Amino acid sequence: MTEAAYTTKGLTKVYGEGRSAVHALRGVDLEIPAGEVIVLLGPSGSGKSTLLNIIGGLDRGTEGLVQFRDQRLDEMKDAELTRYRRNHVGFVFQFYNLMPSLTARENVELVTEIAADPMDPDEALALVGLKERTDHFPAQLSGGEQQRVAIARAIAKQPDVLFCDEPTGALDSQTGRSVLRVLADVNERLGSTVLMVTHAASQAQMADRVIHFADGDIREIVENRKKLAPEEIEW
Amino acid sequence: MVSPLDHKLLRDLWRMKGQATAIGAVIAVGVLMLVMMTGLTASLSETRDAYYDRYRLADVFVPVARAPERLASRLAEIPGVSAVETRVEGRALIDLPGQVLPVQAQAVSLPDRGRPSLNDVFLTAGRMPASGRPDEILLLQSFAFAHGLRPGDTLRATMNGARRGFDIVGLAQSPEFLYTTAPGELVPDDARFGVIWMGRSGLAAAYDMAGAFNEALIGLSPEASEDAVLAAVDRLLEPYGGAGAYGLADQFSNRFVSEEISGLEAAAVGVPPIFLAVAAFLLYIVISRMVQSEREEIGLMKAFGYTNTEVGAHYFKLILAIAVGGALAGCLGGIAAGRALIGVYTAYFKFPFLVFQLDPASFVTGVTVSILSASAGGLFVLRRVFALTPATAMRAPAPPNFSRTGRIGHSLNRFLDQPSRMVLRRLTRQPGRMAGSIIGIASGMALSVAMITIYAGFDRTIDLTFSVVDRSDVTVSFTHPVSDKTLFELVRLPGVERAEPVRNVSVVLRHGLESHRGVLIGLPDRPELNRALDADMAPIALPERGVVLSDVLAEMLGVAPGDMLSMDVREGRQPLLQIPVAGTAQTLLGSPAYMDMEALNRTLREPGRVSGAYLTIDEAQADAIYAALQDMPTVAGVSLKSQARDAFVRLMNQGAGAIRYVMGAIAFIITFGIVYNAARIALAERSRDLASLRVIGFSKGEAAFVLLGELAVVTVIALPVGAALGYYLSFGIAAGFSTDLYQIPAVFDPVSYGQATLVVLGAALVSGGLVKRELDHADLIEALKTRE
Repeated sequence: MTEAAYTTKGLTKVYGEGRSAVHALRGVDLEIPAGEVIVLLGPSGSGKSTLLNIIGGLDRGTEGLVQFRDQRLDEMKDAELTRYRRNHVGFVFQFYNLMPSLTARENVELVTEIAADPMDPDEALALVGLKERTDHFPAQLSGGEQQRVAIARAIAKQPDVLFCDEPTGALDSQTGRSVLRVLADVNERLGSTVLMVTHAASQAQMADRVIHFADGDIREIVENRKKLAPEEIEW
Repeated sequence: MVSPLDHKLLRDLWRMKGQATAIGAVIAVGVLMLVMMTGLTASLSETRDAYYDRYRLADVFVPVARAPERLASRLAEIPGVSAVETRVEGRALIDLPGQVLPVQAQAVSLPDRGRPSLNDVFLTAGRMPASGRPDEILLLQSFAFAHGLRPGDTLRATMNGARRGFDIVGLAQSPEFLYTTAPGELVPDDARFGVIWMGRSGLAAAYDMAGAFNEALIGLSPEASEDAVLAAVDRLLEPYGGAGAYGLADQFSNRFVSEEISGLEAAAVGVPPIFLAVAAFLLYIVISRMVQSEREEIGLMKAFGYTNTEVGAHYFKLILAIAVGGALAGCLGGIAAGRALIGVYTAYFKFPFLVFQLDPASFVTGVTVSILSASAGGLFVLRRVFALTPATAMRAPAPPNFSRTGRIGHSLNRFLDQPSRMVLRRLTRQPGRMAGSIIGIASGMALSVAMITIYAGFDRTIDLTFSVVDRSDVTVSFTHPVSDKTLFELVRLPGVERAEPVRNVSVVLRHGLESHRGVLIGLPDRPELNRALDADMAPIALPERGVVLSDVLAEMLGVAPGDMLSMDVREGRQPLLQIPVAGTAQTLLGSPAYMDMEALNRTLREPGRVSGAYLTIDEAQADAIYAALQDMPTVAGVSLKSQARDAFVRLMNQGAGAIRYVMGAIAFIITFGIVYNAARIALAERSRDLASLRVIGFSKGEAAFVLLGELAVVTVIALPVGAALGYYLSFGIAAGFSTDLYQIPAVFDPVSYGQATLVVLGAALVSGGLVKRELDHADLIEALKTRE
């Protein structure tokens, strides 16, 4: 196993208090190796998105240790978490979350303007196959294209980690496959760790490692010896 | 059973409680203003009328030199006269220990037995003077309070040249003397004019009026014609030196009180609708945006099978809940504020009791306007909502399209980073919506400009009156018109730097049906101390012929330069003259009429007469000058400009003018409410974008820039727009605050605009800060899940 990108020890997340408390994570111990494609699977409410949010620096655990490389995320202040997201992490969301008032290129530039070592915005858009549509506004793009802009925006900073929460959730399967292709490319070319939450179990076939969640904890971690290319996956 | 939609309604209200409160507050202050002002003026008028009625204030006042008592029955025989009371009154000077200047006073007789049938007094302390005790007096309570005098104290006063000691046996108030003013002055001052009541026989002895009277009071029967009675009374008393009967409307105290109340009424009629209109407009904008932001839910409800009517009714209830809630809060607040203020005004007007009166119409108006404007805002957007198909709600939200307007300002792009572009494009994409925000904030700016301009206007009135028009330090009035040589005596006093004569003549000016009872001021050629000024503040050279009227008076009488006025002189030979209007002068206090002094004396055939003088003095020798003036037998009164100025400032800060501070506070609340609402709406509309920015690594400050940048641009554009609106608005509000006694000009004053700008910017900064705090604490994950 390569160097760990993330380590969690006894990570819990509790929403609410007393009788109405909901345990979203119940003491998760996990090591995520750097440079792999990891898929998190599990039913709704099993805690996978909560874990993604916490290690992505969007939320804090209630208890336990969260470490990115040698940095303790659980001890960071808000401003440090912002810096962490800015410098190391790319996000891809189910609903794209593009800025409607900015063109595709400008949406990417939004990130490259503030990142430490970004790639050229046009190059990022070329990577997702949108070289021709850089001056279009989100309203002029299809759902798949919007998601690819979102990926371009996420990868343009050359992130160490790419977080994807249901990246194909709002797309048809063909468009979804092309989005997964981009994620796989990013992993191969930039060496970014890709963490993906999905409901589509079959997408796990493109992962190096699959983490199964249930009831706020990890049920099992399966190493995938026969990785498929995104084009070969059906869902 | 409560329907699920009603549950939703309650929870929606709870969810948007911040915004709903802000909207409700703006409505509330608009309604509060209306209810408070109308309740206040209604209560004051009612109280005044009740007070007059209970203490039998006369309808007609008849001054006369000396008339035999038997004329009383002749007066009573005049058709329309229901009651007659004769009395003796006279000027007096009260010596107060520790005061260099004696205080002027009026001595008024009470019947030796029983209470007067007209102009009764309200005994507030002590007892009535005993019959047969000419040394016992009642003192006007406000004057007594101003000097710390109580029943049991003694007082020295000079009456008709004789100095006597008196025992104060009681204090009294009277509807006749709610306001007292030293002769020749316009502004009331409790401390500088006293009223003494004493038994008729004692006072008659002092003024040589045994078996006679020098003032008659007349009560009119309901159907009487006041003009006819006045004419008949004047005819009857002419041989006895009748100085012209006048009605209650011309009685000084009543005129002043009524002016103040109508000043408040004017402000009540003129100002709250402006506030309410601004509140209504804001409500419209906010409601329309709120409903728009609910379009997804509306689509969903329709998908579940709710009809347009049901969905419409649901949102209507939400709107009504906010509007009615705000309006009711405004009504309650208005009653509370009205009650608090009326206490202040009751004390100010010296009403001994209070008739609290609410104006039901103001509640209806306030609530109706609120509901209508809220409904208009709601209806407008609901129409669009009804056109929405349920399917729209089921789809992922399409991003708003910026492709058409996103290119606006393309050339600017080179200079702008992405967050700035987002701000710019939001502004240009929906110009209508932005215009709404701009006009909203501009309205706030306009209110601030107008209110601060009014504050400056009050200062200007004081400044113009006491520094520009009147540049003297001291005004001396003589007991009667004296030879102009008296002036030399004044100039010879050590410390007197300059003395300028003035000839004041009591007149009634008439033009058509309009008449004005006042003083014609005769000024010397090229005066330095008290001047008639034109609109540009340049001195007017008074012509050989004709009068120069203050523009207020010219407007009151409906005359323009060149017109002829009839002038009924109420002194000396009492001639009736025809005289041309030669010009108009700008004054902000009172409504004077000016004439060249020599021309006036010539007209009256009394050459070389003066009735007073304006002095400038060396402050260091002031006390010696006052002492010397007091010893001059021809000097009836001395008034200091500093005291008159203080009294005027007090008047404007306690009377009708005081309401400007309340209005200013309300204007500030509305301004703040508007700006805060604009910021809140922007946050609600953009929370998802802003959360996305935070997630991809923007700091709190950088994300806030995108939100607050928009608010900043809108505010900056709104400032000049609001300044222009405020310029026009201030004329309306200034007119509302102006009374016949004083005028408030709407002056263009850069400082006012600067202050208003600071108010709006301050509101924007605080609102921005509040909204930013909310943004900082926003849950990034929740915001990302929210679908538009």
